Formats: sequence, structure tokens, C-alpha cells
Amino acid sequence: MSTSGLARRIGLALAAPLLAIVFSLVITSFVLLTIKANPLDTFQAMITYSGQARVQTLIINSAVTYYFAAVAVAIGFRMNLFNIGVDGQYRLAAMLSAAIGGNIVLPGPLHVLVIILTAVLVGAAWAGAAGLLKVRRGVSEVISTIMLNFIATAVIAYLLAPGKLAVSTAGSNNIGTRPIPASGQVPGIGLVPGSQDKVYGLIVLAVLVGVGFWFLVNRTRFGYDLRATGMSESAAVASGVDVKRMVVYSMLISGAVAGLVGIPELVGAAYTYSLDFPAGLGFTGIAIALLGRNHPVGIALGCLLWGFLDNSSQILNLRDVPVEVVQITQGVIVLSVVVAYELVRRYRLVAIQRDVARQLASAGSTVQGASA
Amino acid sequence: MSVVSAPATAPAGGPAPDRPRRLAGWRRIAVGAAILIVIMSAIRTITGAGDLTSSGTIGAALGLAVPIGMAGLGGLWSERSGVVNIGLEGMMILGTFGAGWIGWQHGPWAGLVAAIVFGAVGGLVHAVATVTFGVDQIVSGVAINILGFGVAKFLATTLFVGTPGGGSTQSPQVDPIGTFSLTGDLLKPVEKHGWFLVSDLAGILGGLTTQVSYVTVLALLLVAGTYLVLWRTPFGLRLRSCGEDPYAAESLGVNVYRYKYIAVVVSGALAGFGGGFLAIVAASIYREGQTGGRGYIGLAAMIFGNWRPGGLLAGAGLFGYTDAMQLRSEDAVHALLLLICLGLLAMAVWLGVRRRFLTAVVALAFGALFGWWFLSSDTVPSQATFATPYVTTLLVLALASQRLRMPAADGAVYRRGAGR
Amino acid sequence: MDPTTPAVELRGITKRFPGVVANRDIDITVARGSVHAIVGENGAGKSTLMKTLYGMHRPDEGTISVDGQQVVLHSPADAIARGIGMVHQHFMLADNFTVLENVVLGAEPRRGVALDFGEARRRIVGIGEQYGLEVDPDALVGDLGVGDRQRVEIIKVLYRGARILILDEPTAVLVPQEVGELFDALRELKAEGLSIIFISHKLDEVLAVADEITVIRRGTTVATVDPRSTTARQLAELMVGSELPSPQTTESTVTDVPELVVNGLGLLGEDDRALLTDVSFTIHRGEVLGIAGVEGNGQAELVETLLGIRTASAGTVRLGAQDITHWTTRQRREAGIGYIPEDRSRHGLLLEAPLWENRMLGHQTQAPNVKGALVDRAGARADTERIVREYDVRTPSVDVLASALSGGNQQKLIVGREMSGEPTVLLASHPTRGVDVGAQSAIWDLLRAARARGLAVLLISADLDELIGLSDTIQVLLRGRLVAEVDPANVTPEQLGSAMTGAASAAEGGEAA
Repeated sequence: MSTSGLARRIGLALAAPLLAIVFSLVITSFVLLTIKANPLDTFQAMITYSGQARVQTLIINSAVTYYFAAVAVAIGFRMNLFNIGVDGQYRLAAMLSAAIGGNIVLPGPLHVLVIILTAVLVGAAWAGAAGLLKVRRGVSEVISTIMLNFIATAVIAYLLAPGKLAVSTAGSNNIGTRPIPASGQVPGIGLVPGSQDKVYGLIVLAVLVGVGFWFLVNRTRFGYDLRATGMSESAAVASGVDVKRMVVYSMLISGAVAGLVGIPELVGAAYTYSLDFPAGLGFTGIAIALLGRNHPVGIALGCLLWGFLDNSSQILNLRDVPVEVVQITQGVIVLSVVVAYELVRRYRLVAIQRDVARQLASAGSTVQGASA
Repeated sequence: MSVVSAPATAPAGGPAPDRPRRLAGWRRIAVGAAILIVIMSAIRTITGAGDLTSSGTIGAALGLAVPIGMAGLGGLWSERSGVVNIGLEGMMILGTFGAGWIGWQHGPWAGLVAAIVFGAVGGLVHAVATVTFGVDQIVSGVAINILGFGVAKFLATTLFVGTPGGGSTQSPQVDPIGTFSLTGDLLKPVEKHGWFLVSDLAGILGGLTTQVSYVTVLALLLVAGTYLVLWRTPFGLRLRSCGEDPYAAESLGVNVYRYKYIAVVVSGALAGFGGGFLAIVAASIYREGQTGGRGYIGLAAMIFGNWRPGGLLAGAGLFGYTDAMQLRSEDAVHALLLLICLGLLAMAVWLGVRRRFLTAVVALAFGALFGWWFLSSDTVPSQATFATPYVTTLLVLALASQRLRMPAADGAVYRRGAGR
Repeated sequence: MDPTTPAVELRGITKRFPGVVANRDIDITVARGSVHAIVGENGAGKSTLMKTLYGMHRPDEGTISVDGQQVVLHSPADAIARGIGMVHQHFMLADNFTVLENVVLGAEPRRGVALDFGEARRRIVGIGEQYGLEVDPDALVGDLGVGDRQRVEIIKVLYRGARILILDEPTAVLVPQEVGELFDALRELKAEGLSIIFISHKLDEVLAVADEITVIRRGTTVATVDPRSTTARQLAELMVGSELPSPQTTESTVTDVPELVVNGLGLLGEDDRALLTDVSFTIHRGEVLGIAGVEGNGQAELVETLLGIRTASAGTVRLGAQDITHWTTRQRREAGIGYIPEDRSRHGLLLEAPLWENRMLGHQTQAPNVKGALVDRAGARADTERIVREYDVRTPSVDVLASALSGGNQQKLIVGREMSGEPTVLLASHPTRGVDVGAQSAIWDLLRAARARGLAVLLISADLDELIGLSDTIQVLLRGRLVAEVDPANVTPEQLGSAMTGAASAAEGGEAA
């Protein structure tokens, strides 16, 4: 393909998210103005703050966690499936794998492996239930995954009690699973030069998952069938795809990745699943998957953006600006990016058709199919 | 997004059919309710769990059912026009905030109005995104949940910090709205006696008529009003036609876009109203996280009610009842196990009579399971009752999907002029 | 009003679309109180004409007169105001609504703010009694059979005061008994002074019910005849034209090795309607079997059943020596069944994917597209470039999205892809629909060449040039059954037209029914 064509493709791909981010910044600026804060100063403060090594580490750690959530959602989205249940899947997976991890003793890498495997299996099973309900009983996965989220909350609340899977930590009201011993802990990696702060060791796993996701969807037969079903179910059926089976497999894989969301924090910092384990990351995953357009690199960039917004907003406390303003920014990004994608998509179809017609006309009528 | 369809088996006795079968329907509901009350009374007498039918429980159930019911009603309006609205939670949150903010400053009734307005704005955003821009309805709903949560949190921090009793997660106190009692203390003595059926009736009636908030009455009127408007007026017929076959409606001159807009904005307003109830009547304060997922439970109630106001009332009532029981009495929750066991056994018999043996055996097995659970335990973990609405919805969807009649064009994208 | 004033008069109606003249100089006079049929093949221009009469678009030339007055119709609302009502071929009814709700939608009788159900019920029952169109206003439309639904559609237009009814292919979905009931209703309507315009391609039925018949071919009125003095065969000849293309193949490549053997194939649809009944045929290596028939008679269902997308309710399908009746679609494609779909954007292409990924569609488990479990990008791209060269697909590169190509080039890609899969059987459904003339003859040459190499082809087409030019044998599909077999070298226009339109089931000899 010509370089200008490639540039055009990249340009179009970036247009929607950039439009959305700019629009969101405009809205955020308005909001800041209403509380008499200077938008430019505020943004600058956040950017300066994020220059600190400690903050950068936090940003990367957040991004690692979000990445699993967004990839899990994106796998479903590629097939037009909405896995809104990432939230319940990851929390259940984190709790059960923390409970198991805290109660066994194995040599180092094996211990971690067991924890990760447990999380993957639990997440897959919880999502697979929704997939089965869809293909066998025709239940919309949107509703079933939402319901399963709440049921997961109930199960976790039930199990996370002293005497069942949890122990109380001395001197606090917090209860959590038995702490994971050292053999199950993953040391951090010092990524940011010149600082003592370490990034979650499982960033490696995140990169692997991203590569794996890209590879699975774009380079395998299974991935082809998956994308074909998402693009045109009728054409996929005519080409021999077994749609029911694809639905179940996709949900299983999506749930498996979802199970990993809580693991970086679990084996890298918290070492226990307790009452204050981060929640709501499933919806963050949905937002970032939409922003990154279900593409592994786009999602990574989106995770960094979200991590930046979530962590450098801490500085706003010192400037009398409510930290929550970034939530407005994030919400507006999500809404406007989907509108923008729709508009760009329509424009793109028209533009490409015009382009090809022009190219063919200028090349003359004797041209055979050109090679790339 | 397609729904892979599959056959359903035994219809559970649950949701009412869609046809407006006037008298027959009312009679059937009345008979069913009567039977239910008799059974509950029997179980109360057997297990001694007075709270099953006490006025306290019923009164609490009514109060807990209102926000669920209003969210569900909002969902009903939207889906009846063909637009899926899972952003009800976000709209409800906006409603709670509006109620706290305006209600604290200008009184509870103004707060209620503000709640409706805030919720309606959320609905408007959803309408613009889905109807005008053709954005996927689920995605828009999720986005509005995120946005509603963030906006409320931000505004709370901005506006409530430094106010008396307020902070970043709650507003100052809001004055309460009055309640009224129709029967005063008349029924209480009857209730206390513990007589079979009579005391239970006294308890139920007492719960429904004492210390009822005016807002509750308003909510019930809204449900009745929804039925009248959507099923008995030309406006309602046209709105519902947008959710059944928008292109047929278009061919007959109906402005489908306009009706979808109205429906979705009303949907947001109702969810906001539910949030207002939470903030003003239930708590007299705005508090972060107040909605507690009721936007989703409302959706569940709507599905359980087969997208009809009457069914929605039953669903909201059921979910409110289990919620109330869990809050008030462990004995009563435990007694419910016996009820479910008996219900499953009865269903097994009914299925056996209809010669659906496999499903009858399954029902029998589950009935035995619940019976064993009842006999071998003293309490039910609170998380189980928490999960009741969600498990119930999944069961209804999985087992009774044939009986459910979603509006035929619910969730479909409509573009003017694109018809066959 | 003067009873001899025609209800509708169309004079010189011409309507052009980019690249095609859909209607040219149409002249039709519909007498009041009569049933006037308009017959013609698919693509003859009937639908365009009716859309003009119903106000859905304006004619480029010509005039429309209703009840003696010249009118200009800007929208269906105008047409309705003039008393014209249209009953569409594809019903516009909400299944979850009652008959009453469907009929009054948009024109509801009111009592204050509320809908006056009593008045609505009265009027519907009244119409039912007046015109013999009984139906229960409180019945759910979803529970009604097809014949009753059509009755509801008719009541819908009568409720709005229509005096002129346009019925578009009304019998397309009816079984014979329902057809009889419809015709009884039409006679009642006629007796009450309504005028009916009846569009159809089924000559036996048209002869049974019409007072006057206008034949349209290639966009213009060919003749207006009196059914009492016309035979079905004469009508068929008017519709199809007196000149049929002659087959262009010279030597036969048909072998005696059966490749696809279909026996007693049956298919049931919703409500247990029989979509296919007892379909049996054999295609040998090197043979093209053409299936003629007007659309909607089971062609699409036949192809879907052969592909495994629908499950047959009876009968067997054998590919070579193997019984594939219960095989999945993937198994059938891998075994060598190629498919050129009738609707390429829905069944043949991923429009938002590049060409080389579309080359893989239908063959995504075989070389050169895949190696093991992985997609072989280089292999697929190289092969796509080969197809683009060999099949003359006009595109700047193989990375272009499929939606950017013209219809003809898309189809050439599909043909190339299917041929490259080395199929033993090719199911080609309207293979040159929407394709420019150059691409069309290229595709024909490709099919002939493949046939000479031993390919067995099932060719479904509405284009008689194509059908007669390519087929070794032609069978006619009507209402889900194979009703006739003809030899393309010897078939006459009347024979083919009659078989396709059911005129053969009309009375034999020179009499009309």
C-alpha cells in the first residue's frame, strides 16, 4: 500500500479518539471555569505532577490493571458481544485465587502460576455461564452478565467472612483472605530510571496478553472466524462458521482475561483480597476498549491516558479542585468517542469509495489488478 | 447484536400475558393473590415467623419497592419505544443528587422536582446519542452510568463541602415529606393476636395503609397513569408502535423519532424520580452510592413483569419484600425457604398433570433441595437474599423466555426511510 | 359522479433512475368498480409504477388522474387523501398488537384524550361485514395466519377511506384456499364500487379474477387485454417476449458421472408452511442445471438447504458417493461445494474487510489461506493478487476494503475465489445480478470454462439470457416444487413463461379459466 494511503488510514483511525479527547477537554474546561479554576493551569499542574517518578509508576501500574479489563471487553466486542460482566468476573477470580494462594505453599514460580491459573479459570467459568445461557436459552448476554455481576458480589460477600475464606487482620476492621506468602508474591520491576518505585512485575504478563490478543484475533483461523462473525453474521454463517460455538468460546476467553484484572495488584502489592480491593474496574475496561477501538495498541494508549487522569488528579487536591472532575472528563470521552466513531465510519466509507473510483479512473481502462 | 434463539421449556407460572384480557385478568390476579396470602399465613403459623406478614415488613417492603419500581417504569417507557436503556442507574444517581441539592435549599417537594429534571437530562443525553446519532444503545447506557456517577460525585464535592452536615459524599439534611395513615392503630391489635389469616390480613392491610409517604402514592399513581397513557390513548399506541414495528408506524405517518425522544426523556425523569424518593423519603439526605444498583434491579423487575406496568408492580413488590425481610428478620427469610419448597412441589404436581415429566422431576428435586435447606438450617445468609432479584431474573429469562414478550423492535436501530 | 369516469388514468408515465429507465410511456386506464391486473416479470417496472401511483415518488413525465381529476401526489399521505390505498407485498403489521391496534394506528378515533376502543371496534366490524372481510378485532396479529393478516392490511386501507386499492403480489404468500378467499373478498369490494389494481406474475390467478389485464415488459405497456378472450400462453408470450436468446454453447460437456444427487428434498418454514416439496434432481460432472422461476418460489431456500444453512425436513442430498444430508455448512464447503450468493453484501462478503480477507471467506480452513491453525497472510495475499489478475478485478490493491469495489468487481472476486477452491459443485445464485455487461460476459466465460473442466453447476437465475445461454438442462421451480423440465435448445417462450408463472396449471387448450 502506498505510504499516503497508510498515513490516511492511521489518520482516520486516530481522528475519532482525538476528536473525543479534545471535545472532552473543552467540556472539562467549561466545568473548571464554573468553579473558578483556570483550565490551562489545572491541566499544566497535572502534567507537571505526572513528571514525578512516583506518579509515573502509579500511572503504569493502573494502566497494567486496566489493560486486562479492556482487552477482555474488546475480545467480546470484536464479536458484537457485550461482556459487561468483567467486573464480577475479575473480583470473583481475584478472591478465589487469593484464597487459594494464601492457603497453599509451593515453590516460587509454581505458586504464582497456580494463582494465575485459578483466576483465569474462575473468570472463564463465570463468563462462560453467560455464554451458555445465550446460546442455549437465548438470554441476552447484556442482562445476564449484569445479573452475574451482582451475584458475584453476593458470593464474595458470603465467602469473605472469618471462618470461611477470610481472616481478620489484627488491629483493623478490614477482613481479607489469608495473605499470600512470599513464594506467591511477584517482585516489582524498576522501570522508571532514577527512582526506587517499582512497577508491577506482571506488566510482563500484560504485554504477553496484549500480544496474544493481537495474535489470536489477527493471525489465527479462530480469530478470523471471530472477526467475520462480528462483521457480518450472515456472511460468516454462509462461510461455515458455527456461530453458537464461537459465542461460547469468545465468552470463555474474554472471561479468562477478565480474571487477570485483579492479579497484578494481588501478587504485586496487596497480597490479599480484602474488603477494599479495587472495584468497578470492569466499567473502566469498557470505557477504554471503546476508546481504543478494540485494538491492542489503542487500548494500551487508552490505559495510559486513563491512568494519567486517575493518578495525576491527586494534585488537584492542593488546588481546591475536586478530584472528581476527571470522572467527568472520562465520562464525556466515552460518550463522545462512540459518537465520533460513528461519524468517522460513515465519512470513511464514502471517502474510500470515492478514492478507489478516482484511482481506477486515472489509471486507465487497460490496467489489470495492480500488485501492492 | 443478535440473540441466538433457542427453545424454552416449562413456562414458570409467573408473568402475566400481554393481552388486555380485562375481567378475566383481574379475576385471575385476585384469585392468585388470595391463594398467596393464605399460603403465607399458613407458613407464618407453622414457622412462627411473624414478620412474614407483619405491618412493619409490608410497610418497609412498600418503601423499598418504590425506587425499584420507578427505575423499572423508566425502563418500561424507554423499551416500549424501542430504545434499550441500561443507563437507568446513572439517571437515578443524578436524581438523588438533584434531590439533595435543591431539596436541602428549597424544601423536599422542590427537591423532588429537581430529581425529575436531573434524571430527564440524563435521558435526553441518551436520546440524542442513540436516536439522533445512532450510537449503540448499550454503549450509550454504560457511558451514561459512568458519566452520571462522575457528575454527581464532582458536583457533590463542589457544592456540599463546607455546608452544614454536608461533605463530598453527602448533602446536608433535607426536610422530610409527610406521611399519612389511613387506618391508624386500628389494625394493630388484630395483627398482634396471631390468628390464622385474619391477623395476616390485618398485617398486610396495616402495612399498606400506615405511615405511607405521599410520594409513594404519587409513585403508584404514576404506574397506573403509565398503563392508562400507554395502553388507552392514541399517544400511547403510537409510542408503543415505535417499539413493535417502527417502519409500519412510519408508513402510517407516525413520527418515530419524536416518540422515541419523548419516551427516553420520560424514562430518565422516572429514574430520577426514583432517585429523588431515595434521597428525600428513604434517607432525607443525598449520599454517595445510595442507589446501590437499583437501576439494574429496576430493569430486572421490568423483565420479570413482562414489560407491563402490572407485572412491574408485582416484580418491584417482590424484590422490595425480600429486601425488607432481609433487613428485619432472619426468621422470616428462613421461613421463605419453606414457601419456595412448597411452591416447587406444587409446580411439580402441576407439571406432572400436564405430562411434562422431565421438568416435573427437576422441580421436585429443587423442591426437595429447598425443603432440606429449610430443615437443616436456622438462618439464610443475608447475601442470598441480596442476590434474590438477580437470580430470579436469570431464572425467568432462562426458563420462561417463551412467555416473555419483549417489544418486537426493542434495541433495533431505526433510520427514517430505511424500511422495506 | 359519472360511472364511466375511470377510477385511475395513467398517461405517458415515465420514470428514470441513474442508468436505467424504469417506466417508459405507460398508459393504463382502470375502470371504476373493476379489478384491473398488471402483469410482468421481475424488473419489468411494476413496483416502480405502483410507487408512483402511491405518491412515493414523482414521475418524470406523464399525468395521473384520479376520478377524472388530474393530481400530483407528493407523498403517500396525498394518495391516501385521494382514496388510494396500498396493500404491500411484505406486510407492515406489528405482531404484538391486536388487529384493532394495527388498523387504527395513526388515525385513532378519540373520546377526549383516550382512544375510543368501542368506536374503533364498531368501524372495523362494520367494514368486515360490508366487504366480507371478517376478522376478530381483538385477536393478536402474531397469532393470525397469512390470509388473515392480509385481510387486516386490506381493512387498514379501507378504514382510511380508500376507494382504489393497489394490491402488490397479494397471492405470493397464500396457499390456494386462501387465494380463493381473497378473490371472494375482491369480488365483494368490486360489487361495492371499489376499484382494484392487482399486481401479479401468476397468470392462472390473474385470469381467474381480473376484468382487464395490462402487460408490462421492460418498463413499458405492451398490451391491455380482456381475460375472457386471452389464454395463459398468449399472456406468457406477451410477458416474456417473442424472442428468446439461443443457447451459446456448442458442444456438450455433460458426463454421466453424477456429482450432486438430490432426492425428495423437503423444507418446512414457520407455521409448517412447505417451502420445498419433493425436490429431486441430479447434476452430473460437466453439467449446468438451470433453475428457472420467478423469485419467491423457493430458490433461495433450496440453496440454503443445499448449503446446510437450513435443515431439510425430508429427503437426502448426496455429493459424489457421500450422503451429506446432515453435514454442517463448513463440512460441505470443505468437501467442495462452492457458493456464489444472490445477495453478496449479506452472504458473500465482509464489506469492511480488505480484499485478501474476503478471498478467505468460505475457505478459511484451507490452503492457501491458512497454514495449520494460523492465517497465512502472505499466501492469501499472493493468491488474491492472482485472482485479481486472472479474473480482471479492477482494484488498486488487495488491501482495499471490499465495499470500495463496484458490484461487478466484487462479483468477479467472488467468482474467482470460489473457482480457486477447486469445487466439485458450484451453487450459483443470480451470479451476474447488479453487474455491468462487461463483467457479466466475463463471468459467463469463466463458468463455461469451469464446466468444461468437469464442474457441476446449479444455476439459479431470473435472467433468461443467462439461463438459456449457460444451462444444459432447465427445471422450473414453482411454489417449492419442480414442475417442468425443458431443453434450452428447444424451449419456446410460451413454454418457459407458462411454466414459470403457473399458466400451465390454467385450463388446457385455448380457453382461459
